[in-house]
Parts: sequence; structure tokens; C-alpha cells
Amino acid sequence: MTVIPLSAYVALSAVLFATGLIGVLIRRNFIIVLMAVEIMLNAANINLVAFSHYLESMTGQIVALFVIAIAGGEAAVGLAIIIVVFRGKISTNVDEINLLKW
Amino acid sequence: MTLPLSDIQAVLPELIVVAAACLVLGLDPITPQSKKTWLAWLSLGSLVLCVPITISQMGTRVSAFSDLVVLDPYACFWKLLLYLVSGLTILLSLAYLKAERINLGEYYGFLLLSLSGMMIMVSAVDLLTIYLGTELMSLSLYVLAGFKRFEARSLEASAKYFVLGSFSSGILLYGISLLFGVAGSTRLSAIAAAVANRGLDDPALVLAMILLVVGFGFKIAVVPFHMWTPDVYEGAPTSVTAFMAVASKVASFGAFVRVFLEGLGGLKANWYGLFLVVCIATLVLGNVVAIVQTNIKRMLAYSSIAHAGYALIGIVVAGQADTEGAVRSAGLSSVMLYLAVYAFMTLGAFAVVAMLRKGGLEGEEIEDFTGLAKRQPIAAFLMLVFMVSLAGIPPTAGFIGKFYLFLAAVNAGLAWLAVIAVLFAAVSAYYYLRVVMVMYMRDLDISAGLAPRFASSPAMTVVLACAIAGVVILGLYPDPLVSLTTSAVLTLK
Repeated sequence: MTVIPLSAYVALSAVLFATGLIGVLIRRNFIIVLMAVEIMLNAANINLVAFSHYLESMTGQIVALFVIAIAGGEAAVGLAIIIVVFRGKISTNVDEINLLKW
Repeated sequence: MTLPLSDIQAVLPELIVVAAACLVLGLDPITPQSKKTWLAWLSLGSLVLCVPITISQMGTRVSAFSDLVVLDPYACFWKLLLYLVSGLTILLSLAYLKAERINLGEYYGFLLLSLSGMMIMVSAVDLLTIYLGTELMSLSLYVLAGFKRFEARSLEASAKYFVLGSFSSGILLYGISLLFGVAGSTRLSAIAAAVANRGLDDPALVLAMILLVVGFGFKIAVVPFHMWTPDVYEGAPTSVTAFMAVASKVASFGAFVRVFLEGLGGLKANWYGLFLVVCIATLVLGNVVAIVQTNIKRMLAYSSIAHAGYALIGIVVAGQADTEGAVRSAGLSSVMLYLAVYAFMTLGAFAVVAMLRKGGLEGEEIEDFTGLAKRQPIAAFLMLVFMVSLAGIPPTAGFIGKFYLFLAAVNAGLAWLAVIAVLFAAVSAYYYLRVVMVMYMRDLDISAGLAPRFASSPAMTVVLACAIAGVVILGLYPDPLVSLTTSAVLTLK
């Protein structure tokens, strides 16, 4: 059985992170932006677990567990905010949330 | 497995604040609308309880929970400052929430939860606890920013804050994960040992460092990661804006300094240049863009960006010094001093803004201050002192804060940076004194519409008295605070 090298995991995580980063920057729908942020957090999780395995230290996995819990909290707050904004605006498009400008 | 009692004692203030937050959230549904103020007093009581505990812990460096958090004078200094800021914010909110008809108990619960996150941030010496503290602070603040849930601007502020805040947390976390891979641990001490004298030979380390700078840059709102600040500060309820502008900035600076000095201190030759560029960009953009603002909350937002730039000078000084010791301590202690001073003057300015009302709304345009000196001479005078202090004119505290920062810069051989900072302090005087000019030199045209009035209350008087006392006393007699910050910084590894 071939062992998957660490670099493969790090590469996967980098691709996921880039996906999330670009998603936040170019997508205009609030819900998709929220999903992109979650992808970024999970990219970090893959890194943490992969490093944790190769370094033979449990720390990374423990951090990943905390991150999963925080991501849940973040999604809850984010969705709550989307719902109140949506009630007033009937839109989840980020471009239409534009009262405040310099 | 049992927890040693000493660990529990070390986080006793955090436990008290979290317990009070849970109590407030639990009691809120069974508290009648007319008695919501009791929840505020309960929150304030928990802070008062924490103060003597934190003062008694100020002695030596104690680490708890196998090095996840640490108790040293550095952390205790920030905690005491945070208690003060939170206490004043609660007092500030009493009348403001009633006037805005958002007098809900959850407000105080979220305020305390956010405070507990900040307390964890400043005492954390592990990237995990730093991340947890940051998230606890931010998640509560996202909710608080949208607290005026019937007003579109407040919701918009909340939504924008959430998107950019969680985005920056994601970046910060990815940096943490890479740093873990490079250093093999999330402890700052272990990271320091792993990267000591190591330069940037590893691309993952370069990337991790840059991502951490970006992540923290968002939290302390420095250019180019500042774009959320004016929108969020303008839209959020004024009491929340005051809390965000002061407490979250103070806590983020506390964690920021610890991560970069204790953890990545070995790489300071590498991050020094990065911070220098960010610092100068922040000074320039913050001060210049503030000039064109017509909304006072937006103006104060840009001013808070500029002040983050001034505080960064101290960190640049600490990074620049080749030799450990005096120069580094001077830089860092001036950061602490500056943020303490900044807390008083910014809270005071926001308190005046929160009191000014025009019809049923907040009087938050600079125009609304027209002729205030004639109608409300005391309030106008207090605003004058806060503006003069923010501009850094003696004999106020703002001058002392800037003086120690610039002195540290000059002593570190960065006189040119001090000159740039002084030039932009002069630019800042223009927009701060414009508010004073509007208050004192112009008369209100009554026919133009509703005259703004002042909603003062006993609690608000206490807030203003504390803020003005801080600004004046620290301006005339800063020695105790200077010696406190100087000794606190020595325990930072």
C-alpha cells in the first residue's frame, strides 16, 4: 500500500484555501461567501490534522476539533445575520447591502 | 483527571465574567422590561469583583493549564484596562439603549462574553487559545453590531463585520496551521525555539508569518486591512462602536504583540520591514481620509485607524532594535501607554456622540455639533478636551502618549519615522479641531430644522467624568502609568 505523502495533503489544503479566499472575494451572495469562509476553515483543518499525523503530535487534531466547534458557532451567527438582513431587504446579494460608503 | 486549584485560580476573573454572562442571559427572559437595568448592574458588579483579583495576580509570571494561558503583569495590565473600558461602556449603554429602544438584557450578556474572549486573548500563550479568544470576542461583536435590528444601517454593519471578520479569522487560522506544521507546536515558547535565528528559509514559514500579519491586521484595523472599520463603526449602535473601537483594539494589540515578540521574535528582522510599511500607510491613509468625513462616527473610525498606526510605531521600534533590552522595552511600554490613553479619550468622544440626539435619532453628523458651546457649554468643553487630546496637544494625555512613542522611535534611531508621525499628527489636528470650530465658532440656524439636544443621565456623567479625569490626570501626571507599563513589559519574554 502506498503512503500518501504530506505534500499531497498540504497541496489539497492550499487549493481549498485558495478556493475559499477567491470565493469570498468574487462571489456576491452572502450565503456563498459564508460557505467560502467555511472552506477556508476546513482547509486549515486538513493542514492541522495532516501535520499532526506526520509530526506525531496530538495538538493539531485537538485544534482541529476546536475549529470545527467554532465553525459551527460562526455559521449560526452568520445565518442569523443573513435572516435579519433578508427580512428587511428580500435579498442576499452583497452588492445591495450598500447604505454605508465612504 | 482533576484540575489543579492553581489553574482555576489563574482564570478566576474569566470564570466570573463568563458566569455573569450566562447569568445575565439566563435571567433576561424572566426580567420584566422595566427592570432590565438590573442586568446591567449585575454585569458591572462582576467586573468590580474581578478588579481586586486581577490586581492581586499582578505579581509574577504564572502559567496555567499546561502553558495555554499565562498570568503576568503584561496580561493583568490589559485586563484591568479592559475592565475599565467595559465598565464605562455598560454605564454608557444604560441611557443610550433606552433612548434607542433596544434595552435588551442580551446586550450585556454579549458584552461580557466578548470581554471574556478579550481577556483570554491577552493572557494566551498558545495559538489555540489566542484563536479561541479572538473568535469569542468577534462572534459576540458581530451580534452586538447588529443590535439595532430595526435599522438597516446597523444590520448592514453587522453583515459587513461578519463577512470581513470571519474572513480574517480564516486567514489567521490558516497561518496558525502552517506555523504548527513548521514549528511542531502551537505554544509560543516552542515556536520561538523552533524559529530562533532561523531566517525565512522555509516558504511555509514566510506564508504563515504573512497570514498572521493579515489576520491580526484586520483585527487591529490597520491599512490595508481597515476597509471594514468606517462602515461598521458608523452603522453599529454608538455604545457598541465605542466598545469595538477601544476594547477590541486593545485586546488585539495585546495578543498581536505577544505573538510577534514572544513567538516570532526570532524573525523580527523579517517582519520589521513589513510592519514599517503598514505603519506608515496607516498613518497616511487614516489621517488623510478622516479629513473629508462629515459623519463624526466615521471620522472617529478613521481616527482610530490612524491611532493604530501610531501604536504600531512602538512595535516597529521593538522589532528594529538589534539589541534586546532597553530600546525594546521602551517601544512596547509606549504601545501600552498609548493604548491606555487612547481608551480614555476615544471613549469620552464616543460618549459625547452617544448623548447628542436630534429628534428621535442620533446626532451623528459633524454639522449637528453646530453652536453646541452656547447651548451645552459643559458638553462642548468636554468634547474640546477629547479632540485636543486625540490631536495630541499638551497638556492632555494624548500628548503624553505620542511623546513616549516618538521618544522611543528617536532613541531607536528611527527619528525620520517620528518626523512623519508628527507631520501626520499635525494633519489630524485639522479634522479634530474642525469639530471644535463647529461647536464654538458657528451659530445654530434654528430655522433649518430640529435643534439637536443632549440626553444626559447620571451614569453618562460618571462616564464623562472618568474619561475627562483620565485624559487630564494622565496628561499632567503620567509617571505612575509609565512605571506600571515599563515594569509590565519586562515580564514579556
